[in-house]
Amino acid sequence: MPSPSTAGAVSNRTPKRDYLSAGYTVRSWLLTTDHKRIAILYLLSITLFFVIGGLAATVVRLDLMTPQADLVETETFNKLFTAHGVIMVFFFLIPSIPAVLGNFIVPLMLGARDLAFPRLNLLSWYVYVLGGLFTVYALLAGGVDTGWTFYAPYSSTYSNTYVMATAVGIFITGFSSILTGLNFIVTIHKMRAPGLTWFRLPLFIWSIYATSIIMVLGTPVLAISLFLVGMERLLGIGIFDPRLGGDPILFQHLFWFYSHPAVYIMILPSMGVVSEIIPCFCRKRPFGYSFIGFSSFAIAVFSFLVWGHHLFVSGQSIYAGMVFSILSYLVAIPSAVKVFNWTASLHKGSISFETPMLYALGFVGLFTMGGLTGLFVAALAVDVHVHDTYFIVAHFHYIMVGGAVMGYLGGIHFWWPKMTGRLYPEGWARFSAILIFVGFNLTFFPQYILGYLGMPRRYHVYPEEFQVLNVMSSAGASILGLGYFFPLTYLIWSLMYGKIASPNPWRAAGLEWQTTSPPPTDNFAETPVVVDEAYDYQHIDGVSPAGGAT
Amino acid sequence: MIDDGFRLLPEQASTHAPRVDLLYFFLLGLAVFFTVLIAALIIYFSIKYRSSNRRVDRTPGSGHALVLEIAWMVIPFLISMTIFGWGATLYFSAFRPPAGAMEVRVVAKQWMWKFQHPNGRREINTLHAPLGQPVKLTMISEDVIHSLFVPAFRVKRDVLPGSYATCWFEATRTGKFHLFCAEYCGTNHSRMTGCVVVMEPAEYEAWLGGGLANESPAVAGKRLFEELRCASCHMPEADPVRGPPLQNVYGHEVILKGGPTVTADENYLRESILRPGAKIVQGYEPIMPSFDGQVDEEQLIQLISYIKSLATP
Amino acid sequence: MRIETAPRAPSPLAHHFDDIQQQHEAGELGMWLFLCTEIMFFGGLFLAYTIYRTQDEAAFAAASHELDLFWGTVNTAVLLTSSLTMALAAHAAESFQRKQLLALLAATMVLGCVFIGIKGMEYHHKYIHGLMPLMGLPFEWHGASSGHAEMFFDLYFLMTGVHALHMLIGLGVLLALLVKANRGGLQGDFAAPVRITGLYWHFVDIVWVFLFPLLYLIGAR
Repeated sequence: MPSPSTAGAVSNRTPKRDYLSAGYTVRSWLLTTDHKRIAILYLLSITLFFVIGGLAATVVRLDLMTPQADLVETETFNKLFTAHGVIMVFFFLIPSIPAVLGNFIVPLMLGARDLAFPRLNLLSWYVYVLGGLFTVYALLAGGVDTGWTFYAPYSSTYSNTYVMATAVGIFITGFSSILTGLNFIVTIHKMRAPGLTWFRLPLFIWSIYATSIIMVLGTPVLAISLFLVGMERLLGIGIFDPRLGGDPILFQHLFWFYSHPAVYIMILPSMGVVSEIIPCFCRKRPFGYSFIGFSSFAIAVFSFLVWGHHLFVSGQSIYAGMVFSILSYLVAIPSAVKVFNWTASLHKGSISFETPMLYALGFVGLFTMGGLTGLFVAALAVDVHVHDTYFIVAHFHYIMVGGAVMGYLGGIHFWWPKMTGRLYPEGWARFSAILIFVGFNLTFFPQYILGYLGMPRRYHVYPEEFQVLNVMSSAGASILGLGYFFPLTYLIWSLMYGKIASPNPWRAAGLEWQTTSPPPTDNFAETPVVVDEAYDYQHIDGVSPAGGAT
Repeated sequence: MIDDGFRLLPEQASTHAPRVDLLYFFLLGLAVFFTVLIAALIIYFSIKYRSSNRRVDRTPGSGHALVLEIAWMVIPFLISMTIFGWGATLYFSAFRPPAGAMEVRVVAKQWMWKFQHPNGRREINTLHAPLGQPVKLTMISEDVIHSLFVPAFRVKRDVLPGSYATCWFEATRTGKFHLFCAEYCGTNHSRMTGCVVVMEPAEYEAWLGGGLANESPAVAGKRLFEELRCASCHMPEADPVRGPPLQNVYGHEVILKGGPTVTADENYLRESILRPGAKIVQGYEPIMPSFDGQVDEEQLIQLISYIKSLATP
Repeated sequence: MRIETAPRAPSPLAHHFDDIQQQHEAGELGMWLFLCTEIMFFGGLFLAYTIYRTQDEAAFAAASHELDLFWGTVNTAVLLTSSLTMALAAHAAESFQRKQLLALLAATMVLGCVFIGIKGMEYHHKYIHGLMPLMGLPFEWHGASSGHAEMFFDLYFLMTGVHALHMLIGLGVLLALLVKANRGGLQGDFAAPVRITGLYWHFVDIVWVFLFPLLYLIGAR
């Protein structure tokens, strides 16, 4: 526990500069140990990767408008969908909220001056970039065509594409994930401001903590899976090769042991963001605070127990299938708890619909839909039919894009004034949020139907009767792409022409709003001491206990 | 059926399909219900409690309600367990072919499906099947993992290199139905498709008899068994008998050196031919040479079919 | 024995920590978390080993018989001793005994290098005798189940190789500590990095304690 603050002696002066103006050289940015600058470095990198991954998807969806292979060669198509998956999962979704919003906001929310290990934080960004460079090299040199799941023995023995370079790139980037998670756990344990007890923590912190546990425990298993595939390619060992007595299913178990918890790395932080936005724009404490908090941990624990639901048709024993099916239903329950609590939080609130709230509500709706289709795929007999079809593609995109990306955008908009000192243009932002919501549904809802009809995933050519739905999906994708283009533009615009933001434009609760926008390098003039409960909106709004808005 | 044009739901062409669809529609109803419920609540609360509405009562409650929390944990749990039980029961029956199912051997390779019927007739990418009779597919891959998927039957099974996988179906409609590879297997994964042609039983018999004269796998296997001199160790007339007798081994328990027992199924027989040292039968020495590299998957299927034909059930 | 006096150098307290105790606790918690990730990493290898061993115990035992039990035992003793010297080094750092610290760090490094050297010797021996089934090199196995015996050796090289890699990294860190201790004397908070490095070194040692019986001791002798 932090001792009574002596830090006041270090920075007990009115900060004259914010973190952005504390040095304009490239060197001051590339050698920074300020968590806020590192967050911005991450923001730039992951946006770049999002664009690359999005371009890959654009070509895929364009080609899928016709049943034949009209746009690119099949080998190229296979490399494109692999690139899309690898980049979006490992270089966008996994880092996104933790590395950008987590890095920026966690120390501020805790009343700390930085994360526990600032230099390790900078190292994690460099490691991320190094991994990214390897992967980009692999893409430019010729690409990899195994799918982001790298199943053996295709990846270990048969594919003659750049598997090694990509595997090395992802392996390296994994360390970035581990270091980030490690940093968060230690910071949350050791650097909370005086008075900030566990049950006064913002729910974003709870979800980042749960995410960090998964990052720390799960990522190494991905590392060993990729390592073994690499060794098999390099040294010719037969861990996964049946001709040498190996078992290709072993790869699937090792891979999914990480990659299933990984999807919770991708969604838990978004849930944390939603848990911050909804109370702010309802002007009241979230309903069931401790249930929302504990559900994050329940999800983290259960997430490690369900990986076998990716192996229902693989040859895994049917009894194992049954165990994994039951556990998969159990992991759905804490998520349902969150959705119900968020909805109940709206009751008796005083609700306004600024952009962050639009994203948060969109998240709740789309995550609910995606999560409900999880019930479909956890049902053994149904999964046999929809496994490896577009139903699965729709299921995970509803959660990853309709959920995680919407949550990320909501968080970016919510904390944009804090991070940049500027307000984004509200009208354009609301328009974009709605456009994204509409475009998203048009893109991915038809894919549920396609999947149940039987269209397999990773198909370049397909039977003609699937064309109508594919065209609908591609049309929706164009709207979705356009929708993403707007925030990219107006957010950059706002850096130069946006209105100057006050320290707390949303009148939100949370220590991050108790300092300037943008914050000074050391975050706070004096270490705050916490005496209120979390989300004390009644106090903030000056509402008397008898109720009624001011 | 193939070339039917635009559909919203796949055809039901097997005994299993309507059962899966029933569960699917139940899930669909459930999903629609909860989606509408949450959406409606969100919209209702958003309108009623919008900040510009000053007249609504916002007297805060306690901010939590244990009864509510428990209710919305228990109810989804009960619903989930129901769905689980339903799905698991169906899954079991999908995995257990009825006794006496007609066996078709399948060998998958990049990028084609090779089928062989019990009487030996072979086909590539198209599978002819009789209406109303259970058909069991025993499948293996020559290279990477593939997956045999027939949407109209709601059946799918990964086809692995190195061990046999089985699935079964009983067709309830005649016609041509899509057959897809459903596990990414390289460049022409999306072209590794075909169809299942379901015919009336009489037509199927007629079709079976046609084509080039083919020997059944068991007959071919007997010939191979002789060519490779298996009998010199494994048949009672061998002198001395150096290997475990094979007349009645398939489907029965085998006691291995050291005590453990194993059921002599197809994977056991295949392994014993390719890696004879892996499981030594009690009372015998590990002297069998490996035939890895000398027999391909098709020949292995033939040998195993022959050994199976020797067994009395 | 000269005892270094309390630090005269600028405070080792980082600006974002409130006090030195918080900094120490954070550092140690961080290293424990990192060791958890290492457990998960090695865990994958141990899982592969367990699965393949249960498939053919006899083959694994026969293959294990080919490993050099003598040198494996020597290596175990060497590594355990290096953990002792490491622990003593941490103690020396805490009591500001610079000469002792330098000697013990050097001893740990020497023992680590001996371990690597013996490992290299064992690898070379396997190479000469055709028991290194890597990169297309011939695998000469004259017993039954050559496939599974080959799998044993694949796992042997993978597991000891990954372990050796971790040791090399540890040696690098020790060298850095040694150089820093030698050059700058002891700054006030030197004990913490030594202690934390010690945690890592002990972990690498413990992994070997599991590897040794699983690889060397399952053969019938």
